[in-house]
Parts: sequence; structure tokens; C-alpha cells
Amino acid sequence: MYRYDEFDHKLVSDRVNQFRGQVERRVSGALSEDQFKPLRLMNGVYLQLHAYMLRVAIPYGTLRSEQMRMLAHIARKYDRGYGHFTTRQNIQYNWPALDKIPDLLDELAGVEMHAIQTSGNCIRNVTSDQYAGAIADEAEDPRIVSEIIRQWSTFHPEFTYLPRKFKIAVTAHKNDRAAIKLHDIGIVVKKNDAGEVGYEVHVGGGQGRTPFVAKKMADFVPKAKLLAYLEAVMRVYNMLGRRDNSYKARIKILVHETGEEEMRRMVEEEFAKIDASQMLTVPEEEIARISAYFAPPAFDTRPAESAAFTQAQADDADFARFVRANVVAHKQDGYAIVNISLKPIGGVPGDATDAQMDVIADLAERFSHDEVRVTHEQNLVLPHVKLDDVKTVYDTLAAHELATANLGLISDQIACPGLDYCNLANARSIPLAQEISERFSDLDRQYDIGELKIKISGCINACGHHHVGHIGILGVDKKGTEFYQISLGGAADENAAIGQITGRAFTEEDIVDAIETVVTTYTDLRADGERFIDTYNRVGMEPFKERLYD
Amino acid sequence: MAQHAAKGARFQAVTANRLSDGEVVYFSPDNRWVEAFAMAEVADGAEAAETLLGRAMPADFEAHVLEPYLFEVLEDGSAYKPASVRETIRAAGPTVRLDLGKQAEAKAE
Repeated sequence: MYRYDEFDHKLVSDRVNQFRGQVERRVSGALSEDQFKPLRLMNGVYLQLHAYMLRVAIPYGTLRSEQMRMLAHIARKYDRGYGHFTTRQNIQYNWPALDKIPDLLDELAGVEMHAIQTSGNCIRNVTSDQYAGAIADEAEDPRIVSEIIRQWSTFHPEFTYLPRKFKIAVTAHKNDRAAIKLHDIGIVVKKNDAGEVGYEVHVGGGQGRTPFVAKKMADFVPKAKLLAYLEAVMRVYNMLGRRDNSYKARIKILVHETGEEEMRRMVEEEFAKIDASQMLTVPEEEIARISAYFAPPAFDTRPAESAAFTQAQADDADFARFVRANVVAHKQDGYAIVNISLKPIGGVPGDATDAQMDVIADLAERFSHDEVRVTHEQNLVLPHVKLDDVKTVYDTLAAHELATANLGLISDQIACPGLDYCNLANARSIPLAQEISERFSDLDRQYDIGELKIKISGCINACGHHHVGHIGILGVDKKGTEFYQISLGGAADENAAIGQITGRAFTEEDIVDAIETVVTTYTDLRADGERFIDTYNRVGMEPFKERLYD
Repeated sequence: MAQHAAKGARFQAVTANRLSDGEVVYFSPDNRWVEAFAMAEVADGAEAAETLLGRAMPADFEAHVLEPYLFEVLEDGSAYKPASVRETIRAAGPTVRLDLGKQAEAKAE
């Protein structure tokens, strides 16, 4: 994992001191709220319904054990004993007091973490594949280029006041787990025929009130030239992105209104200028320096099979279910990727208590080469666990309500904080996720239904990714009452698609029954081996509409 | 600001978030910011509501609270209750964590 150098330490430490002074001036009255608000947002501090909210960056979703322990400590000391892992692989605290946040940030800096650029119209935390460095068949560990982008984009003076926020995601695998086509820039690390590593670049994806799947701008940008290419995209956006209307200010609108071809032409023109200057070529030695931080851990040489692992599944049916749903093959013989669901039946999606975070930190330290990952689907991952150790890990997880065997199933839902916490929300999301989870709590039924991704947003800003849910649910407000609109057919993977709305919205009382109707329509219509999304793509919207509204 | 004031609402109160910790507060009849909705002053009619909001926003209000605004309340027997789901949640706490927010503090008292 990347470790701060002296410059990183100083940069973050200076920023904490700067923010401490800003908070003091706000409390003393020297700064008005209008003056202070952009400063607090640049440090990840929002004002929500009940309190301030602090969003802490977890670069590309990778944590060391000591960092996870610090997140637990902060939940205990500065918050109410829990944190909320988000769809951008970050963590949010819902109750910090403003005057204590500088101390909190100071403690975070001690483990090389911060809240810089987790808000505001700048380049946000770079996200990536949670299986990076653990899954087979990657072109390269996607965190290498993610870290290069992080360093380039942090405090980049040209991109501090963009027309709107800007999100970049990276994957290096044919199966996209980072939803890269739903980002302002999505990057696929790939190899060309000569075996050289380069980057496929997608631009203009996003959700919110106007969702778009990104367009492929470049098929193969050479390794040393990626920053020059990204800078070209950013420069075109910074020059032409709309600043007169925040609803039309994202790059997706620029790409849509300009047209894919013209956008590509402008980016390439800008790229040629930057490239000619040679100013943004990443030196090979710097790439090598950063790559070294992401070298594979010292794996043992082990047999591909583990008799203990196999026997434990035969002896313990619950463990066998956990393995079936939550354990994924590792690239290294004798190891596994262990997913930790933060979606217990009836729980709050993405929430973890301080005690749970401590347990996960201990497990990572003992059994996963000191690493934890956060997923954009609001779960956690122990990326490098020996097969022989999976049962021990499972037993500990189970003792702390962290062993729900539902990864990718109907109860593994994304839900935004919604009207229970969020100042922008129109409707609650979490209670609906909880009710759906309870309705489909029978794991055997969940396995029978198979992969089904429900994503719930409490408003059109789409933090709950409803546009790309196989079943998406959007909360709307009608004269102070909550209603819920269903969409079907969305996808956030390599076949990214925006879901289509079924029709009129449902009341709070009717929405879970409506979801049940959608699910039974699928199970009635599916052919052998078809997942929900396959059946929907084959039969289309009509059969679902008929059952929902006739 | 004031985006939650309902047009045509008869009864309204003023709410904000406290500067130091973001706590939801209400403007009271004795010109203080209080944590309990039950202690909020309720204005009857649009004119009284604007007067109430004006009292809540003297020149130095930003030293104490953020973004005061009017919101609709309804008569509830001899008391009042917030009209919208949003303000009901602000007045109580998250519906998914009854152990947190004002609802928990009320229970503990």
C-alpha cells in the first residue's frame, strides 16, 4: 500500500492547521457562513438534517488495519459509535461537532488519512476495484494509476474550481466492479498486442437527474501519457463546462450537448498541445516507485485446495453458504477473497459500529496481510485470506453480526442515507431497504432468486445509484408524503445501462409489495440459468408493467 | 433559506441548526434557540410568520445558528406537530436509529 512521504505528511498536516484556524474564525464570528461554507466543504464537512457530517477519503477503497482502527476510534470518540461506508468507497460520520473536527482530522492525519477533496467542485476521491491485486487476470494493479491520479489531482490549482464535482474510477479487469462507465472519467487499465500497459478512457458518465453512460474517448493511452490525456479532458471541461446552471454543469452534459465526436476532437487537440510540451510525462522511475507500494504481499506457496476449508464446509452448512455467496477465488493458489457484507437482514446498508471496525481491523492484520477494502456497493473485503483461515475468519465475523451470506443477492442493497439524515433527500431510503431485506430474509429464497441488485435513492441526486439498479427505487415527495418510483434494467458493470421507469410511483405502504411483484414476475418468466437482468433484457418492460399496474 | 416554508400554511415555526454542533434548534417565545420542538414559538398566519422569522434573524444570528427558515406545523390536539416528514424527522431523529437524536434524549430524561 502507498505510504506518505515527507511532502504528503506536511501537506495534510498544514491543511489540518489551516482548517483549525478557519473553524476558530467562524466560531469567533470573523468569518460569515457564506465565507466559511466553501472552506468547510473543501474539508469534507457538510451540514445535514441533525448535525454536521464529515466525509473521510479512503483512496481507491484501500485501508490498512491501523487506519480501520482509527476509523473505529473516531466513531467512538467524536461520533455516536458507528460510521457509514459510502458508494464512493469513503466513510461518513453523521454527528461530529464542528469545533472538534480539527482534532479529529489531526488524529486521522496520524494514520495518513484526511477529508480533503471529499466535497466541492474538484476532483474527488479516486475509486477502484475492491479486488485489485487479488483477482486473477488483471492487466495490472489498478491502484497504481489510481494513486498517480490521486497525487496529480490533489490541490491541482487548475482544477480547484471546476464547474461541478468530478469523479474518476479505475478498473483493470474485464468484470467492472467499480462502475467506471457511470463516472465523469472511467479508466480501464489494459494491455495492447505488444503487451504494453495503457488506458482505455471513458468520459461523460454519471447519474443524478440526467443519467448517462460514459462514451469511450480513447482506446489506448500509453502509460506515460495518461496524465496529459486526463489534463486535456479536464481542460476542455473547465473551459466549456456550464457554470450558469449547476444542474447542467457536469461533464456528462457537455459530452451530450457537444456530441461524442466533437468532444473527442477537442480533447485530442488539447492533448496534442500538452503532449508536445512533454510537461506531463510521468517519469518511469516515479511509476516504478509508486508501483513498488502495490507489489503483491509475500504470499506463501500453498496448494490450490485446502482439505480443512472443504471439510469445514461439509461440517457447517452456514459456513458453506457464506463461502458460496461471499468468498471469491484469489489469483494466488491457496488464498481467497473474503467479502464482508454490511447488509445484515434488517440492518442499515453500509453502517458498521466501532466494535465491528475494530474486529475487521484485527482480522485484516492477522489474516489478510493487513489490508481491508471498501466496495462501492457499501461492503468490505478482506482481500488476501488463506483458504485454511477462512473458517476462523468466518467464525469471528459471525460472532459480530458480520457474516451475512448475501453478497450480490436481493438483500445486498445500496441505499443512500435518505431523509433519515440527508438535507437534500425527499424520502427515506434506509427503512425501505430494511423492509425489503426483511421481506426476502429467507436465504434459500435469495439464492433461488439469484443475482439481483436493488439500489435505492432518496432523491434525484441518485447517491443510492437507483438509475443502475437491476431494480432501482427513487423516493419522491408529493406534498410532504413519501412515494417511490421503480425503474428496471439498470446495470453498473461492464454492460452499464440506465434503468427505465415502470410507471406511476407507489406509496410507502405499497412499495415492498410492488418489489415482490417484480421479483415473482421474473421468477415466473426466467429461462434456465437466467439472472434477473438477463430475463429483463430478453422480455423487456411490458410483462413487469402488466403485473404492477393491471 | 426558507425553502421549507409552505405557501398557504396557517401555522409556522422557525428552525435552524446550531453553529457549534449542528443540533436542530427552534426559535422560542423568549427569543432563544431551544432544542425541543415543543418549546418553539408558533406563528398564526403569514404576517406573524414573517415577523417571527425577522426576530430570529437579528444582525448577529450567524454567531449562533445556520440558515433559519420557516416550516409548517399542524395543530395536534392542544399542541402542534411538524407537517412534513422531513421536519418530523428533524424534530425527533433518524427513524432507523431510535437510540439517536432528540427522541433518544427525551427517552433518557
